[in-house]
Amino acid sequence: MTDYSSIETTLSPTDQAIDLASNVWKRFKRHRGAIAGAIVFGILIVLTVLAFLSPFDPEKSDLQDKFQAPSASHILGTDALGRDLLTRILYGGRISLAVGGIAVAIALLIGVPIGALAGYYGGTVDSILMRFTDAFLSLPPFLVLIFLAAILREVNIPFFQRNSVLTISFVIGILSWMTFARLVRAAFLTLREMDYVSAARALGSSDSRIILGHILPNGIGVVIVEATLQLGYAIIQEAGLSFLGFGIQQPTPSWGNLINTAQDHFIKYPWLAVFPGLMIFLTIISVNYIGDGLRDAFDPYKVLETVGEYT
Amino acid sequence: MATYILRRLIQTIGLLFLLSIILFALVNLAPGGPLSAFGGKRIRPEKIGILKRQFGLDQPLPAQYIYWLAGNDWTQIDTDGNGIKDASGVRKGILRGDFGFSYRTRQPVLQEIGKRLPNTITLMGITMLVALAIAIPLGIFSAIKQYSVFDFLATTFSFAGQAVPEFWLGLLLILIFYAWLKNPWTGEPLLPPGGMFSLEGGFSVTDRISHLVLPVLTGALGWVAWYSRFLRSSLLEILPQNYLRSARARGLPERRVIYRHALSNAMIPIVTLLALDLPYIFTGAVLIETIFAWPGMGRLYYQAAVERDYPLLMAVLIIGAAFIILSNLLADILYAYLDPRVRYE
Repeated sequence: MTDYSSIETTLSPTDQAIDLASNVWKRFKRHRGAIAGAIVFGILIVLTVLAFLSPFDPEKSDLQDKFQAPSASHILGTDALGRDLLTRILYGGRISLAVGGIAVAIALLIGVPIGALAGYYGGTVDSILMRFTDAFLSLPPFLVLIFLAAILREVNIPFFQRNSVLTISFVIGILSWMTFARLVRAAFLTLREMDYVSAARALGSSDSRIILGHILPNGIGVVIVEATLQLGYAIIQEAGLSFLGFGIQQPTPSWGNLINTAQDHFIKYPWLAVFPGLMIFLTIISVNYIGDGLRDAFDPYKVLETVGEYT
Repeated sequence: MATYILRRLIQTIGLLFLLSIILFALVNLAPGGPLSAFGGKRIRPEKIGILKRQFGLDQPLPAQYIYWLAGNDWTQIDTDGNGIKDASGVRKGILRGDFGFSYRTRQPVLQEIGKRLPNTITLMGITMLVALAIAIPLGIFSAIKQYSVFDFLATTFSFAGQAVPEFWLGLLLILIFYAWLKNPWTGEPLLPPGGMFSLEGGFSVTDRISHLVLPVLTGALGWVAWYSRFLRSSLLEILPQNYLRSARARGLPERRVIYRHALSNAMIPIVTLLALDLPYIFTGAVLIETIFAWPGMGRLYYQAAVERDYPLLMAVLIIGAAFIILSNLLADILYAYLDPRVRYE
């Protein structure tokens, strides 16, 4: 006798999520660039996390040892104050990656709710929120970033002292949430008309439950792809800002301000500028490849392709 | 279409008002206010009160905003700072094109901008043209030879090009073309590391061009990467379409099919993209102009930010925002004009 009790008629939400994730992973794996990007990015993160294993101090100077060329004891050489460049690059990587991550988190926290509310409610709510979004989109982003960072450099309050990691992440975040708002709004505009949403509403689900439980999970793909690309963008913005001297302040290293200080000596000691920039380049290119792979993996048309393969 | 443009223009004015309020609030809520940047700590405390009255900073913020926006030549102000209003104001306000005086040079802001603008337009205009001249053929060949070795290299190049921080690329190019490579005849560096022209030797076209090469290359790379990828995907969408098959069936040579029929449609999104990038021709590239000591808008803005020269910063931001909004409108109009399927209600 067959036991039918084990057959489920519907998938629970967790099963659906696992199903989606495994599908995405299957398609992501096929994108060779994305896999390479993920490996490089993973190595970069592990290296920055393990920075404390370095025998050198990232901020203590040792003038006896200044401007050493790359050698066995100092793999990437030393800077104008005799500090080990590799150690500073790894500690700087923590700062640069943290700024990128926090900035994207802030952008998500602002952009996703604005897009969801505008797309779900439409009408006046939509036009007010979208005008607000337009206002931010019409600002020249890098110039405003410089403007805010130049003002905030004078601020000295807890957590936001003189362009700390939080200050810079915050400034980058509040200038880059607009794409999230637009993408989420567009997803909500189509999804809210779907039958399953009407069904949920007819069954008496509250608005917040429909938005958070029913619509948002279906629009999550575009958000994840965009978040990946924004991570690269945020890291490059921080680097540019710190390169100009408005970002993370010395002696705390970041990839951008390492290149800034290298500027005075890079003709004689090129490694000081070459290696930090190489790290930014590797990070951005691997993140962009990951984003490209995720875009393909989340593409609804490719879902059909995969389903076709199974039958 | 006319009503659509009109409505968008009215929205633009509203948007600019909103931005002007936000920027004004930011500057005045900044620690120390605008005066902290003017003369710094050298001002004696008893003089601050006088300066405040002279600049009108003792007035309530809404009044200051109105003076900034519409000028104060219709009202009495306190010119000697003794607390008594004694003369009528001279400011015309940004609505009448008076963006005030630069704290740094004590010159009218618009005059400062006017001095730098031609240099930026030269640099960014040439950069954009060079970028297009490289990106368009690159995008076309990538698309018609999809999955070929060339396409693979071009796609990889464009991925790399988008990931290179431009300030780093600038330094690398200086290293290669100034520090390492030498002119084989004179033994001098192959290219100058910065500036717009040599101080000695007078004007010469080759001198001007040699100063342009590195900043243009640095600036163009990102655009080449971005435009070529965009053109490639735009062409790939069009190439399988039926109207091209019919064109081939009618016996048109492949060249004509691609360059005339396919390309004219594939270029539509590129033209809109180009319109969206136009504001950069005004605001310039801060990083590139700073590295190559190019006396343009970007470097002016950087110097103004270092010294917190608020009138200049605000002027560039507001004019820049106006350019962005108008370029967006231009992009939409161009799109509708070039693609008859697009209609705005």
